[in-house]
Amino acid sequence: MKPRAQKLTLILVGLALLGLAVMLVLSAFEENLVFFHTPSEVKARNVPLEKTIRIGGLVEQGSVQREDDSTRLRFSVTDNESSLTVNYSGILPDLFREGQGVVVEGKLHDDGSFIASRVFARHDETYMPPEAAEALKRAHDAATGDNQ
Amino acid sequence: MLPEIGQFLIVLAFTFALVQMVLPLMGAQWGQLGWMRSASYLAWGQFITLLVAYGILTHAFIIHDFSVQYVALHSSMSLPLQYRISAVWGGHEGSLLMWIVILAGWGAAVSRFSGNLPLRMSSRVLAVLGAVSVGFVGFMLFTSNPFDRLMMVPLDGKDLNPMLQDPGMIFHPPLLYMGYVGFAVTFAFAIAALIGGRLDASWARWSRPWTTVSWVFLTFGIALGSWWAYYELGWGGWWFWDPVENASFLPWLTGTALIHSLAVTEKRGAFRSWTVMLAILTFALTVLGAFLVRSGVITSVHAFATDPTRGIYILIFLALIIGASLTLYAWRAPKVGLGGGFSSWSRESLMLANNVLLVVACAAVLLGTIYPLIVDALGLGKISVGPPYFNTVFAPLMLPLLALMIIGPLVAWKKARVIDSLRRLYGVFAVALVAAVLWPLAMGGWGPYVASTVFIAVAIVGSFVVDLMPRLRAKTLAQRLARFKQLRASWLGMHVAHIGMAITIIGMAMVMGYEKEEDVRMAPGESITVGAYSFTFVGVEPRRGPNYASQYGSVEVERDGRRITVLHPEKRTYDKHQGMPMTQASLHRAITRDLYVSLGDPTGEEGAWVIRVYLKPFMTWLWSGVILMGVGGLLAISDRRYRIRLREKLARTAS
Repeated sequence: MKPRAQKLTLILVGLALLGLAVMLVLSAFEENLVFFHTPSEVKARNVPLEKTIRIGGLVEQGSVQREDDSTRLRFSVTDNESSLTVNYSGILPDLFREGQGVVVEGKLHDDGSFIASRVFARHDETYMPPEAAEALKRAHDAATGDNQ
Repeated sequence: MLPEIGQFLIVLAFTFALVQMVLPLMGAQWGQLGWMRSASYLAWGQFITLLVAYGILTHAFIIHDFSVQYVALHSSMSLPLQYRISAVWGGHEGSLLMWIVILAGWGAAVSRFSGNLPLRMSSRVLAVLGAVSVGFVGFMLFTSNPFDRLMMVPLDGKDLNPMLQDPGMIFHPPLLYMGYVGFAVTFAFAIAALIGGRLDASWARWSRPWTTVSWVFLTFGIALGSWWAYYELGWGGWWFWDPVENASFLPWLTGTALIHSLAVTEKRGAFRSWTVMLAILTFALTVLGAFLVRSGVITSVHAFATDPTRGIYILIFLALIIGASLTLYAWRAPKVGLGGGFSSWSRESLMLANNVLLVVACAAVLLGTIYPLIVDALGLGKISVGPPYFNTVFAPLMLPLLALMIIGPLVAWKKARVIDSLRRLYGVFAVALVAAVLWPLAMGGWGPYVASTVFIAVAIVGSFVVDLMPRLRAKTLAQRLARFKQLRASWLGMHVAHIGMAITIIGMAMVMGYEKEEDVRMAPGESITVGAYSFTFVGVEPRRGPNYASQYGSVEVERDGRRITVLHPEKRTYDKHQGMPMTQASLHRAITRDLYVSLGDPTGEEGAWVIRVYLKPFMTWLWSGVILMGVGGLLAISDRRYRIRLREKLARTAS
């Protein structure tokens, strides 16, 4: 090949590969966006089923139920308007507490049950996960009809 | 009184930085020798004043001066000395002070080691560093004063966040900052060269050791953070794709690209404008990282408390840096020229592929990191991008990049024949193929991802052997040893770093492919078998540490009836942080596997706990590989220094 043709091939192959990489990135990106919802939105059935989502709110007082012979447990996440029962198996983060902010990631199933794959709590004592704060605010705004 | 002096010293350093930004630059423009020479004194003045200020803050921590707000918030009477010293960088203000001390330190180092640089060049470099200092010292003065006093002096401080009371805290941030801030030097060299309009091989040669040494620090800093998170957070993970981890990883990716691109610029004079672009980009990404950590826009273990003015300040600073650099770039780069040509199969073209892959990977991580922030800032809702995205994107981009390491070092500059390059590797490919078939099978299951990683890793090591052998060809062993000593350190450094990467990816692939995890509820006396190991839960007893109460667990580990070790996972409650228990995992490390046990929560009666047991194969390889990468980088620099000294010696004998 002549140098010029060679250079052209190089550029074309490079662009094709680059295009491929960009496509790969964007499609993976679209598939893996995790949207955030509140317990009230779940109740209003405004939430996609069988897709990974995040739910934020407070762990309802007295709602944590452990099974004594396994690592499975259940608790309710509330935004002070509605609440959602979350099923989880495994170890909870150190700062998981009843009455405190929490964010759960998982899937909502046909039968209305939510199975969490990950549970996030605060990182220190003085801090609430922004998603949890957002859930409380959204629910509050919806309840008071204030959309600011 | 001392804290006020500290405050005053920071104002003084700010003044030094302001003058350092302006005077040497004008001197270089108008040929004023004295003005240019002032740069060096100003850089040292700035460094020393900031270092003393830093010492004053450390002193306040050591003597428990709780009249200083920052000390009161991050220390306490019962905090052990080593954590009082490291608590200086445990919060926003102090860590920013460390950041600017290191920045000024790099400036002083540049002035110390720039004897072989033309004065005009070195003064411009220092002026740019001065400008960067103005930005960061100003940030401290206007938004984040570590010496603020409290009107009501508390009797005791609030104590350091328990998560930071760990040896990891002593080393991770300083190393990371050394690397992070070091890229400011590379940036300064690039901007200085753009101002002077000379982007040639000698510019690349000056810039290379600084880039490499920053890269080494950043590599160690990131790895230490990962190593720390691995045992500290009790989740057994070593990388979380947390936004702040990504913030340190982004400049690592472009910095790695930059190291390679600089090599091309120095050796062949090619890629010049691209190299400058990478230097600017890498530095901009470090400032973006500072923004992510310090503005409170993200939820992360790393994030400091929220204060919107800080975020806005850094954002404006970042915009100024990018705006000014790109304007200069647009004005100057077209005059730079493209440098030497090369054919489609050559060292240059493979380096280009390396750079494209690294930059695409960087863009992908950047997208996943900041897209949720932008959506949130625009009020379009809250979304998140989880690890699955990064994992899906990363593997297909990294495998070809890693594959380049097999062939790249064997391909000649400018023009080579594909067949010549491949022919030398037939034997290597055969060995790697056998390894890729057998190794995963021996681990208990063959998979394409693990197999291709093993193939590439083994072939990288093989490629080194193929590259090494002809260089050692000699009759006697003594002669061969002599030849080995004559090998260029930079050549050896490259291979050592590549082999380090090979070892690291083996560790990653093995741990991702074959790790075993069990979350189980165990009562005292109960056992569980994970892999070939049996774990028996002995129980949990209360204990006291210097400033915490501990629930101290004991787990006996056996293999084939033989006792391996007793692991002691803990749950600690620090006196000053009753609401924040800390999980302390316990590990037993060996060459081919880590055993990892951490405590969950107590459950039910009779002292039962939820316990997490991990078997992590080849985890040690992941860290050892990183150490080799760093050693490779250091070897590469040692080569360059030697040459500079030699040149000086020659110059002296000539005169």
